[in-house]
Amino acid sequence: MSSTTVAPPRTTSAEQIRRGESERRARDNRIGWAFVAPFVIVFVMFLVWPLVHGFYLSFTGESITGAGGQLIGFDNYAEALRDPIMWRSLLNTLWFTVLSTVPLVIVALILALLVHQGLPGQWLWRLSFFMPFLLASTVAAQFWIWMYNPQLGLVNYVLGAVGVEQIAWLQDPQWAMLAVVVMTLWWTVGFNFLLYLTALQNIPEQQYEASALDGAGRWRQLRSITVPQLGPTTVLIVILQVLASLKVFDQIYIMTQGGPGGVTRPVVQYVFEVGFTGYRFGYASAIAYIFFAIIVIISIGQMRLTTRRGA
Amino acid sequence: MATTVAPQPNAPGAGAGVRQQSWLAQKAGLRIGERFASPGRIGAVVALVVLAVFWLLPFFWAVVTSFKSETAAAATPVTWFPEDGFTTDAYANVLREGNIPLWTWNSLITATAITLITLVVTSLAAYAFSRLDFTGRRWLFWAIIAAIIIPPQVLIVPLFYEMLTLNLVDTYWAVILPQVVHPAMVFILKKFFDQVPVELEDAARIDGAGRLRVFWSIVLPLSRPILAAVSMFVFVFAWNNFLWPFIATSDASLMTLPVGLQTVKSAYGLQYAQVMASAVLAALPLVVVFLFFQRQIIKGFATTGFGGQ
Repeated sequence: MSSTTVAPPRTTSAEQIRRGESERRARDNRIGWAFVAPFVIVFVMFLVWPLVHGFYLSFTGESITGAGGQLIGFDNYAEALRDPIMWRSLLNTLWFTVLSTVPLVIVALILALLVHQGLPGQWLWRLSFFMPFLLASTVAAQFWIWMYNPQLGLVNYVLGAVGVEQIAWLQDPQWAMLAVVVMTLWWTVGFNFLLYLTALQNIPEQQYEASALDGAGRWRQLRSITVPQLGPTTVLIVILQVLASLKVFDQIYIMTQGGPGGVTRPVVQYVFEVGFTGYRFGYASAIAYIFFAIIVIISIGQMRLTTRRGA
Repeated sequence: MATTVAPQPNAPGAGAGVRQQSWLAQKAGLRIGERFASPGRIGAVVALVVLAVFWLLPFFWAVVTSFKSETAAAATPVTWFPEDGFTTDAYANVLREGNIPLWTWNSLITATAITLITLVVTSLAAYAFSRLDFTGRRWLFWAIIAAIIIPPQVLIVPLFYEMLTLNLVDTYWAVILPQVVHPAMVFILKKFFDQVPVELEDAARIDGAGRLRVFWSIVLPLSRPILAAVSMFVFVFAWNNFLWPFIATSDASLMTLPVGLQTVKSAYGLQYAQVMASAVLAALPLVVVFLFFQRQIIKGFATTGFGGQ
């Protein structure tokens, strides 16, 4: 620490040094806590406390009226495990995560490789692919509700031109999830694209020059230099993307309200519905905690996988 | 397109052949030793253009629709150029009857407050974790890092309960307060402060400056890039956040832009031009800011995305 680098004057006795040292300690302690206090206050009030309280609520029958606030043990959890809607929404979330993560990583990589070739008009390419990421979920969802409109939407218009019959993308249980995934790809791929692009720019140019002198072609360079160098970035992107996809709610709620027939309803929406339309705070908390447990397990699994790779 | 730029004899700097090639390569941003127009390269350029058009289509389609009359917007077959021409009626209607300016204001107020409060509390904490040796520093830091994995969605019910208890539902504070807790930003800022040389501060401290003064007048000015990156991330996140403001406000005069826009859809029903005009208006502020500060925004997001590296 910086404070210990100030050497004590030569004339002081050991006793004085000790006293000065402990005073400095006490002062650092005070100042340290004063500095972290504002964050700790909001951290405890709006994160730790709700986390603890939510856990408590999950063992009660609490509702918005304040009725049923007594402890009921594991009843909520038992009910959740028997609740077919809970299972369906959980599976929807996991299915969405699988369906969205794969293209969100691969397409991001392809876009970044294409843009990184260094064509003129860099700003235009970046604008095209990154801009949607800055849109609010409601704006992006509104755009796509319109794109997917069965009679008037651009999607069916373009597909109609090649002879595909009209599809009610968001109303057809067969297509709704895919439609949501495509919209999500359009909306959020920009962030992963940006991370890949930054990583590409950080690969030393000399490696390409050296390999070119050795007669390596573009494909060879891509396989032997670019892709291996992007390894750590890919790990980071996959981790962030899985966690982001598991939390899906906005675009689905806005575009399909979880329908048709619950085929797109994610687990966060179910927590929201139980909590804020059914007003069953206790039961909603139990489902939220089951979801949280899954997130923690997946995070730990990812961490173990990546540390093993790193070792 | 770079592929169409054939080496021209009268190009500036066209002295020796080698020099000409490198000038053009530089101009087109090509790597040394690359050929201009291999089949693979042409394919890549075509792919890029097609993908960019794809990505821009939803924007164009929304904008074009918003400038149609309602009858033209709902007419089949679908067309880019309506027979009755373009009109700004949809915008006039939305601005006259809707709450978009008010919601934009609400978003601006809440997102600005969230960003400022977050910056203050996270940077102070990060500085303490980086420089000050206080009891409990280690476990507190680990508790904050561990909290990064807590999804805000898990907290919606108890947070709403808390807001009811504090009597804050349907106020700006209900929107703002739960969004100022960003444990990841403490981590990112601490990592940056760790790299600021301690010697710079020691000089000032020997001159008698207190910690807060050193922090304010030496550390913060040196940390501008990371502070900008953190602010950008927090601001855009707050500006676009939907779920929590949606829960915390039911009063239309307190809604943020994304939440208000969700009510527009039901209010205007099948008036497609007006729905698209509202969406375009809602998108406009960040689009304009992005056009002006593209480089900084992209750098900021990359920095926070990579955890501050």
